[in-house]
Amino acid sequence: MSKPKIGILAVQGDFEAHGAMLARMGVDSSEVRKPGELKDCDGLILPGGESTTQLQFLQEEGLFDAIRKFAADGGAIFGTCAGAILLANEVKHPDQPSLSLLDMTVLRNAYGRQIASEVVTGRSTLKAEALEMVFIRAPIIERVGRGIEILAEYAGKPVLVQKGRIMAATFHPELTTETAVHQRFLDTVASQNGARHAAASQE
Amino acid sequence: METKNVNGNEWRVKVGLAEMLKGGCIMDVTNADQARIAEKAGACAVMALERVPADIRKEGGVARMASVKIIREIMDTVSIPAMAKVRIGHFMEAEVLQALEVDYIDESEVLTPADEEHHIWKHDFRVPFVCGARNLGEALRRIAEGAAMIRTKGEAGSGNVVEAVRHMRAITGRMKKLTTMRADELMAEAKELGAPLELVQQVAKTGKLPVPNFSAGGIATPADAALVRHLGAEAVFVGSGIFKSSDPETRAKAIVKATTHFDDPKAILEAHEELGEAMKGIDVRQLEEKDLLQTRGW
Repeated sequence: MSKPKIGILAVQGDFEAHGAMLARMGVDSSEVRKPGELKDCDGLILPGGESTTQLQFLQEEGLFDAIRKFAADGGAIFGTCAGAILLANEVKHPDQPSLSLLDMTVLRNAYGRQIASEVVTGRSTLKAEALEMVFIRAPIIERVGRGIEILAEYAGKPVLVQKGRIMAATFHPELTTETAVHQRFLDTVASQNGARHAAASQE
Repeated sequence: METKNVNGNEWRVKVGLAEMLKGGCIMDVTNADQARIAEKAGACAVMALERVPADIRKEGGVARMASVKIIREIMDTVSIPAMAKVRIGHFMEAEVLQALEVDYIDESEVLTPADEEHHIWKHDFRVPFVCGARNLGEALRRIAEGAAMIRTKGEAGSGNVVEAVRHMRAITGRMKKLTTMRADELMAEAKELGAPLELVQQVAKTGKLPVPNFSAGGIATPADAALVRHLGAEAVFVGSGIFKSSDPETRAKAIVKATTHFDDPKAILEAHEELGEAMKGIDVRQLEEKDLLQTRGW
C-alpha cells in the first residue's frame, strides 16, 4: 500500500507543531489553505488555534463544504482543541456553527481562561502507561452520542474520542513528545486507505 | 523549549498559547465594540489598551495600563484570548492583570515606562508575557526574564512598517549567523549580544527563537502583514492600523486574510481590492529621538 498523505489545515493555529510531530514519526505532510489542496490527502488534521478565526476562513473560502465532502468521500480527520470544536455537531459557550462530523456537544473555554491551562497525565486505551495531556484554554466534551468510542478521559470528562474515521482530542498531543495519539490517527488512515483501495480494485 | 528557573509544565502552557496564535492577527482594541469588530473579522486575539499608539503619540501624557472596567468588558465580549498591556517594569500592573485573569500580558514600550532599568521578572507570573525586541540580544534577554512570546517593536502608531522590517531582519539575520558559528565562538557572541550563553547556544543549534516570534509596530495594510510574515513573523499584531483607517471592518478582515495567505499574491490582491484609505502614517526619520517608542526598554 502506498504511503498515506496527511494534510494539515493551515489557516491559523499550531499547524507547524503537527507537521513537526509527523516528521519525527517519519511521515510527510502538506499544509492545506485552499479546497484544492485536499484533493490528494488521505487524512486531514485540524490543529489547535482559535476556532472562531478558523471557522470564518472555512466558511468564506469554500473549505467548510470541501472538508465535509472530504469526510463523506472516506477521508479520515483528526481535530485537536479548536479542531475538536469544529468537528462537533453542537458547540456552546457561545453557540457556534461547526462541521457536525462527530455527534457530541462541546463547551468552549470551559475550564476557564489561560491561567487555568495545564499539563496533566491521564489514562487512555492507547497504552498501559499514563498519557501526557497539554490543555490550553481547552473545551470540554459535555455529551457524546451513541457509538462514539472514548479513548481517554480526564477529570470525569472524555478528552479523546473517535467514531470511525473521525477523531477528536480536547488536548494537544502535538505539543508533547508522545506519539501514541498521532499513531492512532495514522493507523485509522491506513485501515481506511486499505478499505478504499480494496473497494477501488473491486470496481 | 525549556529555560532555567521555570516549572517546565507552566512554561509549556505559556508557550503553548503563543503556538495557538500562530498564523493569526492580534488586534489593538480600546473598547468592547472594537473587540467585537476584531473578533468578527477573524482576529485570533485582542489587545486591550486605553488609547491606540497613534493617539498616545498625538495626545502625549502618561500612558498606563487600560482601565480594569474596559478590559473586563472586552474579556466578557469576545471568546478569543484577551491580552492587555502594562508599563515596562510595572510588576504591580501585571499583578492586577493576572488577578483579572487576562490571557496574555504585553510588557510594552507603547506605554510610558515605569522602570528605566529593570524589566519585569516574568517567571514569577502564571499568566504568560509577550515583550518587544529590536534585535536578537534584546529578544533573548526578555526570554531569559520569562517572556513566552517575542514581537518586533517596530515603531508603534507610525503606520510605517520600516522599523518592524528592520527589527525582524535584525533578529533573523543574527540567528542565521549564529547557526554558522563554531561552539568556541559563542561565548564572545553572547557577550556582544548581552544575552545568556545557554540561550545563544540554543539558537545556534535550532536557528530559531525558543519561543514564537511575531511582528508588531507600523503594520497598516494587508501587504504589510504579508511582508513581515515572509521575513519570519509567525503572526502579526496590528495596532493603530485598523481603527485609525477609514474602514476598520474591511481592513481588519483584509489583514487577517493576507496574514494566512501571505504566500499567495493573488489572495493579497483580493484583500486590497475593497480597501479605503489607510491611516496617514509618519516618516520615522522625521521623528526626534525623544519621540521614538522603540527606544524604551533595552
